[in-house]
Amino acid sequence: MAMTKKIPDTIKGANTFCPGCGHGVVVRLIAEALEELGHADDAICAVAVGCSCLVNVALGIDKIGCPHGRASACAAGIKRVRPGNLVFSYQGDGDSLSIGLAETVYSAQRNEKFTQIIVNNGVFGMTGGQASPCTLIGQKTTTTVDGRSVNMSGVPLDIMKMFGQIESVAYLARGSVHDAQNILNTKRYIKKAFEAQMAGAGFSCVEILSPCPTNWHMEPVDSMERIAGVVSAYYPIGEIVTGGGLNA
Amino acid sequence: MKQLMKGNHALAEAAIRAGCRFFAGYPITPQSEILEYFSWRMPEAGGSFAQTSSEIEGINQVLGAAAAGQRAITSSSGPGFTLKQEGISYMQSLEVPAVIVDVMRYGIGLGDIFYGQGDYFQATKGGGHGGYLLPVYAPSSVQENADLVALAFDTAEKYRSPVIVLSDAAIGQMCGSVELPEMKEFDIDRFEWALKGRDRHYPQGRTLTDRMYYDFGYDEYDKHERDRYDAMKENEQLWEEVQAEDAEVILVSYGISSRICKEAVKAARAEGLRLGLIRAITVWPFPTKAFQKYNGKASAYMTVEMSQMGQMAEDAFIAAHCQTPVYSMPTGRDVADSEDIIANVKDILAGRKEAF
Repeated sequence: MAMTKKIPDTIKGANTFCPGCGHGVVVRLIAEALEELGHADDAICAVAVGCSCLVNVALGIDKIGCPHGRASACAAGIKRVRPGNLVFSYQGDGDSLSIGLAETVYSAQRNEKFTQIIVNNGVFGMTGGQASPCTLIGQKTTTTVDGRSVNMSGVPLDIMKMFGQIESVAYLARGSVHDAQNILNTKRYIKKAFEAQMAGAGFSCVEILSPCPTNWHMEPVDSMERIAGVVSAYYPIGEIVTGGGLNA
Repeated sequence: MKQLMKGNHALAEAAIRAGCRFFAGYPITPQSEILEYFSWRMPEAGGSFAQTSSEIEGINQVLGAAAAGQRAITSSSGPGFTLKQEGISYMQSLEVPAVIVDVMRYGIGLGDIFYGQGDYFQATKGGGHGGYLLPVYAPSSVQENADLVALAFDTAEKYRSPVIVLSDAAIGQMCGSVELPEMKEFDIDRFEWALKGRDRHYPQGRTLTDRMYYDFGYDEYDKHERDRYDAMKENEQLWEEVQAEDAEVILVSYGISSRICKEAVKAARAEGLRLGLIRAITVWPFPTKAFQKYNGKASAYMTVEMSQMGQMAEDAFIAAHCQTPVYSMPTGRDVADSEDIIANVKDILAGRKEAF
């Protein structure tokens, strides 16, 4: 059987992320998931501020540019008035877990029935690599020049642990884009989250570990190895909640 | 059919009847009755209600719902209204129509839950960042709480702009007779620009973001914004005049303070003092057209408002165009007293009061 190369028609063309950035892979996975689930035409994305906003030029579906940290609140508002549409937020860890932590946690707590996509690269990328809530202990950034310390900044924030305490959550998974197997698994997680949403099961979230060679000051391949090593050691990859929410 | 209702309840019911089907907000005195009313009435009307974790989350849920084409509203007071400014600035940059209610209370910081009118600057001068403007309606009765919230939705959609209803604790908490508007329903798909999923109009999907980025060149964008605000200034000024035609001194007021001004006009006229009133119904756009009729004819304007210093007085000063002097009577946390108003007017006429 001949092999065909197929690109979802929601991919608008070349994206504008940095070389070696994981966002482009995540956007492609979302596009494939939407196409395979038959939701490319009814999908609406609440776009965060930061590198995430470059999804505006990458993904050809309906999108809204939200205030910094508020994409999950916007997504909740959209889903509440258009429950038949597939609604997701697309956010970085700075947007969703620093300035937007209240909106993030309460979207899950209030069982808002959209899907939150969190791309976790452990830094504020767009502003030049400042520490984020997910910067690892010892990691050097422009605001932790000697490396993040527990004494000064506490431990990195684990949103899956926070969400995991909320019994009504429908689906939770942490994926990664550092190798082929994890990329395939992450696509499966995204599809399962979308399916849980469209079944009306409740809040769903996929956090995705993603490299930022530019602000990690590493080569792209070394960045992938960093995720395979210290990053995924702190942030374990896999499904956390399946079949939860109103399906449980 | 007229009925007796609390101002906050009348506002909420009128919003439902105006076709509003989404509310998100947070408790704060003296607006909490709006939140409470929507909590049961919105689902009953087939809409969606959310008590959010903060006013910030509330305004952003409203941003999402309104961007998806639904008539959506949020309400707050003082400190909570401050938290909504971020979202209001974004609404204006995305050109998303929605209604924001501020039931004003007294003071800066935490202030107090008593009535006040201190949010005038914040409401009328673009309370968030960047320098935008938006229509602001100032009801002075339970009936106007109902009428103006319905009008606010129409104006919001006419200009694709957020619109503020600037009520206050007195108007929100008082009971009065009200004739509620007829029930309306709207098709959520009626706007081509609203989020609904890609279609033949937008085969690559809508990118509903700051319109500066994709819809305009930078130079075009500034002109586009100016044109929008100019159109609002030209078309949307609303005011009421009370015996202003032959008045020697014209009071300028809005909301709860304007009710006392009406009493003062009547009392002054009874003792032969020709007093009149311009009551701003839109505090932005400020009713400059009313002033154009009386500039250079009236001896003085005097603004009456509940704030620590004059706020509306600045707009009256600009509207008077240096053709008629403006005087200010800020009454802080007290509602003006008609005898005090008349005493102030007599001081103006006797040259004893300093002009603004």
